Amino acid sequence: MAKEIVKVEHLEKFYQKRHVLHDINFSVNEGEVVALLGPSGSGKSTLIRCLNGLEPYQQGEVTFNGEKIVPTEKNWQKIRQKIGMVFQSYDLFPNLTVLDNILLGPVKVQHQSKEAATASAEKLLDQVGLREYENAYPRQLSGGQKQRIAIVRALALNPELMLFDEVTASLDPEMVRGVLNIISNLAQDSNMTMIVVTHEMNFAQQIADRVLFLEDGKILEQTKGSQFFEQPQTDRAKAFLDSMDF
Amino acid sequence: MSSWQIIQQSLPLFEKGFVLTLWLSLIGIIGSIIVGLICSLLKYFQVPVLGKIAAIYVEISRNTPLLVQLFFLYYAFPVFGFKLNAEMCGIVGLIFLGGSYMAEGFNGGFDGVSKTQVETGKAIGLSRLQLARYVVFPQGFTLSVPALAANMIFLIKETSIFTVIAIPELTNTALDLIGMYYRSNEYLFMLVVGYAIILIPLSIILTILEKRVRYGSFGN
Ligand SMILES: Nc1ncnc2c1ncn2[C@@H]1O[C@H](COP(=O)(O)OP(=O)(O)OP(=O)(O)O)[C@@H](O)[C@H]1O
Ligand SMILES: [Mg+2]
Repeated sequence: MAKEIVKVEHLEKFYQKRHVLHDINFSVNEGEVVALLGPSGSGKSTLIRCLNGLEPYQQGEVTFNGEKIVPTEKNWQKIRQKIGMVFQSYDLFPNLTVLDNILLGPVKVQHQSKEAATASAEKLLDQVGLREYENAYPRQLSGGQKQRIAIVRALALNPELMLFDEVTASLDPEMVRGVLNIISNLAQDSNMTMIVVTHEMNFAQQIADRVLFLEDGKILEQTKGSQFFEQPQTDRAKAFLDSMDF
Repeated sequence: MSSWQIIQQSLPLFEKGFVLTLWLSLIGIIGSIIVGLICSLLKYFQVPVLGKIAAIYVEISRNTPLLVQLFFLYYAFPVFGFKLNAEMCGIVGLIFLGGSYMAEGFNGGFDGVSKTQVETGKAIGLSRLQLARYVVFPQGFTLSVPALAANMIFLIKETSIFTVIAIPELTNTALDLIGMYYRSNEYLFMLVVGYAIILIPLSIILTILEKRVRYGSFGN
């Protein structure tokens, strides 16, 4: 049986009085790519942020790599270096060069030697075609380049799980493909386990082993990727796919 | 006597006042930055007790005029057995006032670092201290430079209030001379020139610095 990387049980999330996630249950196996889909405001970002402790949740359990997480800030801090997260707003650190952005985690958090970390960082930069920018500052890069660096920065920690939250949503159309290709390669060549929130339905169909469809904070269906896009189980998912011009 | 002679005769006195204003300002500014930074750090790290004390100090300091603070130090403190000379009173008063302004300047800078930057830092596993050191402080200091610069200018101007406790700085020198010789035009002219020599170059330097930290330190 495949190894379970992450497992969520009976998770409930409130923003003050507002109940935004209802009894969330799912798990993701090693090497699996899960697309988290759903209309705007359905709770996708909130859910994905609960998985690395950026949002506190009020009830339920998250298990990472077989270990139940006791949700204190200190525990999350340790676990976060094994979970890479990339946001819509790439948010490179403007005060650091590209290389220093990437090295911060490996060197300061994981205490890798600077030489070793630099060598791996440069390899990753090569893979995304941005090696020549290692000494540039973020403001000198385009949006698409920044997002590729943000992905490299997350990968530099050798994470066991990657979380992507609409990473192409604020990019110009001509930049989108490059970023999506990197994520596809990661799934295919590196067999990376990942949870991907996206509005790019073609992309989701192409990479998702499984789709979680979220609406109003509830998982309405969990369906194999190939099946979800052909014949979704619920009318809501059907309506959602129609509304996406897909 | 011609105006020119009046001015010439008063030059040595104005020079003394000028140097004193400069010194008191410099010490006051450095002290204020140190006190302000400490208060701001206590707040940022939410240090128990000390953080509260710092917050109370900032409130008191910001909501009382320097004039009152000086009178308090100069006239009321000796009653409790602390006697400071006038210059020490001036410096302590200026730092007491400036510390809170500088603290607010730093606070504004740290608060100005975006929430998404902080979250991104957390997401790569940085501890609270590392987050502060590599993300929040470098960006926050840069953001606070304009406020700190404005505070410096403000504090230098505030030294003119020292005249009420008879510190012979620029303003006191001018007012004394006017009192003795009744030549207010000449002495006020000298007073304005004295402050302008300090403030105009400083404000030019600070403006350049603001531009540099905005564009320079984060690449072009
Ligand atoms: N910080 C917050 N405070 C209060 N309510 C919030 C907060 N963040 C999100 N919400 C609410 O929680 C719900 C879920 O939001 P979330 O951002 O997770 O949705 P989403 O599926 O990611 O939407 P989108 O596709 O637009 O990004 C929404 O109703 C939103 O208004
Ligand atoms: Mg979202």
